[in-house]
Amino acid sequence: MSYSSLPEDVLEHVFSFVQSDKDRNVISLVCKSWYEIERWCRRRIFVGNCYAVSPRMAIRRFPEVRSVELKGKPHFADFNLVPEGWGGYVYPWIRAMAGGYPWLEELKLKRMVVTDESLELIAKSLKNFKVLVLSSCEGFSTHGLAAIAADCKNLKELDLWESDVEDPSGNWLSKFPDTCTSLVSLNIACLGSEVSFSALERLVVRCPNLRTLRLNRAVPLEKLAHLLRQAPQLVELGTGTYSADLRPDIFSNLAGAFSGCKELKSLSGFWDVVPAYLPAVYSVCSGLTTLNLSYATIQSPDLIKLVSQCPKLQCLWVLDYIEDSGLEALAATCKDLRELRVFPSEPFGDEPNVSLTEQGLVLVSEGCPKLESVLYFCRRMSNDALVTIAKNRPSMIRFRLCIIDPQTPDYLTLEPLDVGFGAIVQHCKDLRRLSLSGLLTDRVFEYIGTYAKKLEMLSVAFAGESDLGLHHVLSGCDSLRKLEIMDCPFGDKALLANAAKLETMRSLWMSSCSVSFEACKLLGQKMPRLNVEVIDESGPPDSRPELPVKKLYIYRTVTGRRIDMPGFVWNVGEDSALRLS
Amino acid sequence: MAFERDLNLEATELRLGLPGTQESRSNKRSLPDMNIVDDQDHRSGSSRVIANASNATKSEEETTPPSKTQVVGWPPIRSYRKNSLQAKKSEAEASGIYVKVSMDGAPYLRKIHLNIYKDYPELLKALEDMFKFKVGEYSESEGYNGSEFVPTYEDKDGDWMLVGDVPWEMFITSCKRLRVMKGSEARGLGCAV
Repeated sequence: MSYSSLPEDVLEHVFSFVQSDKDRNVISLVCKSWYEIERWCRRRIFVGNCYAVSPRMAIRRFPEVRSVELKGKPHFADFNLVPEGWGGYVYPWIRAMAGGYPWLEELKLKRMVVTDESLELIAKSLKNFKVLVLSSCEGFSTHGLAAIAADCKNLKELDLWESDVEDPSGNWLSKFPDTCTSLVSLNIACLGSEVSFSALERLVVRCPNLRTLRLNRAVPLEKLAHLLRQAPQLVELGTGTYSADLRPDIFSNLAGAFSGCKELKSLSGFWDVVPAYLPAVYSVCSGLTTLNLSYATIQSPDLIKLVSQCPKLQCLWVLDYIEDSGLEALAATCKDLRELRVFPSEPFGDEPNVSLTEQGLVLVSEGCPKLESVLYFCRRMSNDALVTIAKNRPSMIRFRLCIIDPQTPDYLTLEPLDVGFGAIVQHCKDLRRLSLSGLLTDRVFEYIGTYAKKLEMLSVAFAGESDLGLHHVLSGCDSLRKLEIMDCPFGDKALLANAAKLETMRSLWMSSCSVSFEACKLLGQKMPRLNVEVIDESGPPDSRPELPVKKLYIYRTVTGRRIDMPGFVWNVGEDSALRLS
Repeated sequence: MAFERDLNLEATELRLGLPGTQESRSNKRSLPDMNIVDDQDHRSGSSRVIANASNATKSEEETTPPSKTQVVGWPPIRSYRKNSLQAKKSEAEASGIYVKVSMDGAPYLRKIHLNIYKDYPELLKALEDMFKFKVGEYSESEGYNGSEFVPTYEDKDGDWMLVGDVPWEMFITSCKRLRVMKGSEARGLGCAV
């Protein structure tokens, strides 16, 4: 029996075991009939750049999708490099899906502009809507949330991860009807103002499957115990503000409530921590796998006491108050650690305010055999330390190092850090994401182009000496999908010489580099399947062609120039006149 | 490892650069100038630097590192987190960690940042220096003995309390303002009830 004679529903059943997008894409290329069968049974799509394809096209190809994930603005928008009004509007997608995917269950958005109108449309049109994740989004208010709460009868998950929500007050939480008992996950940590505690409590009480609850800062510590006692089945908890008057009754109440939560694996929140209240969580520490203390302004001794009780910890986010001594304790206790993020407590200060150096990271790399994902802000680094880290942890997958002062050299030798990062890419053969910092010449890019064959995302700032640097990366990194560059002396040559490469990538961002407007035009004309967008808030870039373009965002697309560009974005395409109208 | 030093651009069909310009990039191996580009005199930092752009006309010879004034986009910290840090700072100021200090008889008030002191002795010493007086000896039962000056504070509930009675951490979160009382009024508070 040949495979081509297998009945469609058998093939469909087989395909349903294949979840990864990449594999699904490969399946669809085998033959026409497999393409057809596959596209009718694909249930989930991920669009990494909402402008790469039109919603109509996506719906036409995959008519039976239940879950959509979209990303909008470029990553550097997180750091205020993308002006307001740039784009990333989700409304066209929602409008299309309201008609095309009436049974849509899940929508996950990142860095998109979401309006109340969009949320209301979701609530009105999608009868089986279950999961809404708005990560780093903006443009909506609690009015939109009220619509979701009121009309999505089967809502399981509402996650507002670090989004910017306007709060014109109004009690949106109480819009969840009494009949809503389906909530599994609620994350309102980013909400600025108060929510009605009684509405929250009633919601928690009637949702027995609630596993994730992330409160916002406005929820006082005195009330946390009460909530916990109503939801002892919680697996993930984000506290509200973690400070209260020091009173033994509050403490014992809180400690008692925590000890009743036998399933807790993840803790976050911890704003305004009063250290005396930390021991209240000690009873759950032995089971914790994730701990986000990145807003907790507590000092190293308190952090050490806490972390030393969490032997199962896999993921720790913390401020640099932890210091090298705290990282040493972490390395000694948490042998299961996979991910470490150390954020700066005073990133804009001139002098170090804590004793956190490269040593802390070296110690963790030595002590934690499963460490694979690092984000580390510090003020000094050495090639030796980087080489040691690389040799200790060849299984590293994500390595993001931010030495706070741009172009800081190796503090021991005053050399560039080329060799250190070179060791990282050489030893860590599965490295998928890398962020560079410190003093770096073209050499580091030579290493990256030569060794970083699995690298998918590279972030660069204040590095390199010439176009050769960019050329190494574009010509050598076979798996590169996203490249973002700020303040580097990279210009036209490398870009134009590697134009074809850009079509194999999701996007390229270059700001404050040395790319000329002429080169952008050339690129736009040569590569019809790329959108070459120049961002310039001070006026049309062709009015000062002798200056390099300020910001450049290039991405592949099958839909041509977008129609929602604001006045300060120019698509330098086929016509050298900048815009059609 | 053998490596081309020059991009062999004749081999590519795309000719680059504006007509008449020359290749001005050298492939230096030495440490680059801190001002990373060597032929761009238009890279004024002013459009990108938030704070005073006194480095607007940076010369190529300058070897000082990029100005410590804030550069947009660096360090790469999410606005969400930055706002949280700011909120924390201004909240600390709003919530009374910055408190007014008055002294009976003194013509104007002072303001101090409670957080910079780590305990009562440090705070009292600072007050003594600020207003040129001396507090008496503190005891739990008798308050301050041996001086007509008594440090007091207004707490969150609006009550006037004796400085030193509650644990330091509790004090700094509940103190709304400080007042150094003097004379008979002080005696009333400082003496055991």
